Amino acid sequence: MAETGVAEKLDQRTADAALAFQDVHTHYGASHILRGVSFRLGRGECVSLMGRNGMGKSTTLRTAMGVVRPSGGEVTHFGARANGRPSYRSATEGLAYVPEGRGIFPNLTVRENLVVAARPGRDGRRDWDLERVLELFPRLAERIDNWGNNLSGGEQQMLTIGRALMTNPDVLLLDEATEGLAPLIREEIWRVLGEIKRAGIACLVVDKNVKRLVEICDRHLLLVKGEIVFEGDGEALMADADFLHRHLGV
Amino acid sequence: MDLTLLLIQALNGVQYGLLLFLIASGLTIVFGIMGVINLAHGSFYMIGAYLAYSLTAWTGHIFWAVLLGAPLAALLGLVVERLFIVHLYHRDHLQQVLLTFGLILIFNEVQSIIWGDDPHSVAKPEFLEFSIPLTDVQSYPAYNLFLGVVCLALAGVMYWVVQKTRLGMRIRAGSSNPEMIQALGINTKVLFATVFSIGVTMAALAGLLAAPERSVYPGIGEQVLIISFVVVVIGGIGSIKGAFVGALMIGLFDSLGSTILRSMDHIELVSGLSVDNLTSVTIYALMAAILLWRPAGLYGRAQ
Repeated sequence: MAETGVAEKLDQRTADAALAFQDVHTHYGASHILRGVSFRLGRGECVSLMGRNGMGKSTTLRTAMGVVRPSGGEVTHFGARANGRPSYRSATEGLAYVPEGRGIFPNLTVRENLVVAARPGRDGRRDWDLERVLELFPRLAERIDNWGNNLSGGEQQMLTIGRALMTNPDVLLLDEATEGLAPLIREEIWRVLGEIKRAGIACLVVDKNVKRLVEICDRHLLLVKGEIVFEGDGEALMADADFLHRHLGV
Repeated sequence: MDLTLLLIQALNGVQYGLLLFLIASGLTIVFGIMGVINLAHGSFYMIGAYLAYSLTAWTGHIFWAVLLGAPLAALLGLVVERLFIVHLYHRDHLQQVLLTFGLILIFNEVQSIIWGDDPHSVAKPEFLEFSIPLTDVQSYPAYNLFLGVVCLALAGVMYWVVQKTRLGMRIRAGSSNPEMIQALGINTKVLFATVFSIGVTMAALAGLLAAPERSVYPGIGEQVLIISFVVVVIGGIGSIKGAFVGALMIGLFDSLGSTILRSMDHIELVSGLSVDNLTSVTIYALMAAILLWRPAGLYGRAQ
C-alpha cells in the first residue's frame, strides 16, 4: 500500500511537470551519450543544465525536443509520454527550442523569420506576437527587413529567441544562448531571459556562465558523461568549490 | 538577318524560357528542400503533354484538358511522393538517381502501352488559330503569344506563393534548415509532400500548355529534363529566382543562338556539326562559364 502511494505521488509530480525525464538513454550511433538521465522541470520553473563540453547537455535538449529519439527511458511533456514524438509535435505541445549555433533562416528576412514561426500556444494563447517580440528586442525592430544572414551574431541570437517565443511556448529550451557574444549583448540576452521567466515560461538553460545561471535559475543540474551528478539550488551548488572546479572548471 | 526575325526569335526564346521555368522551378525546390535529385521530373512534363492529348480528345477543348489535367497531376505527385520519393530523403544521390531513373522507364513504358509510340498533335483552341502579322511575309502565331502570357502568369503566381505567403516562407525556410522548421511546429512530411506535388503540377502544366504548339511524342520528357537540370545548375540549386533567370537565359540563348548560327555561312561545313548541335554546345558553354564565375550558380548559396 505504502509503495503504490509513493508511485502515485511520483506519477503525479511527473504529470504536473512541464517536462520530465525518467532514466533516459540516448545514443548517437554506437556512442552512448545520455546514460539514465532523470529530472523534472516544473511549470514556470527555470532550471540550468551545466557541464563541460561533450557531457550531453545539447543531447538532453535535443532529446527533450524530439530532434533525436531516446533509446530508453521515458520523456514526458505535461505528463504525456513523448518518446519518439517528432519535434513538430513537441512544438505544438508547447516546447520551443533555441539551438546552439542559432539556426536562423538566412534566406528569410527578420520579419519572415519571426512570422514563419507564429502559432497559438498549447491552450490557444496568442500573447506573444510580432509586436511583443519586437518590444522585447528593439534591435530586431530596427532590422526588420534585413535578411537573416545580414545580422550580427547577437542579433541572430535575439532572432532565434524571438522566433521561439512566436510559438507561444510553455517551455523554452535554450542551448548556449550567450556563446560567442560581446559582453553588452550577453547582458541583453540575460535581461530577456529574466523577462521570459517572469512571463511564466519554464526554461531549461544551457550556458557556461555559472554566476548568471545561479542568479536567474531556480535549480541547477550538472551533467557529467551523460549522468546527472548534482541537482539542487544555487546555494548548494556554490557551497562546494572543489566540486565546481572539478566539473565546470570555475 | 532582319530585325523582325530577331524579334520573333526573341519572343520564342522568352516563351521557351518561361516554359522551362515551369519545369525547372519544381526540380529546383525538390532538390533544394528535400535534397532529392528527381530524374523522373521530365516524365511529369511528358504525362502533362499526353494528358493534353487525351483530355482534349475527350472534352473537345484544350482548356478543359488543362483544368482537369492539373488536379490529376497534383494527385499523381502526391501518390509518387508517398510511394517512392519519401524513401529517398535520407539516402544518397546514387540511390535517388537509380530509383527515379527506374521511374522514367516505368512511365515511358506505361506511355507506350496507353498511347502508343506515334506522335500526336493537339488542336489549338479555335479562337487562337491565327497569326499576328508582323511584316508582309512574317507573322507570329497567337497561341505562342498566349502560351507565353499564361506561363508568365503562372510564374507570377509561383513567385507570389513563394515570396509572400506563409507556405512560401515555410518552403524557403525548409530549403535552408529543414530540421529547424520542424522544431518550430511544422510537419515536414506534409510540407515535403505539398512541395513535391506543386512541382509535379507545374511540370505537367508546362506539358499540357505546350502540347498544341510542340506536339506529343515519346521521349519529350527526357528532352526537357536535361535542359531543366542545366537551368537549375545555372540558377543555383533551390533558388526560384535563379530558376527564373536561368530559364530565360537558356530560352533566349537557344532561340537567338540558333538564329545567329544559322545566319553564318558555311558554319555547319566549317565546324562539322549541325546548327542544333552547335546551339547545344553554346548552352553548355554558357553553363560552364557561369559555373566558373559562380560555382554555386547565379543565386545559389556556396556550401
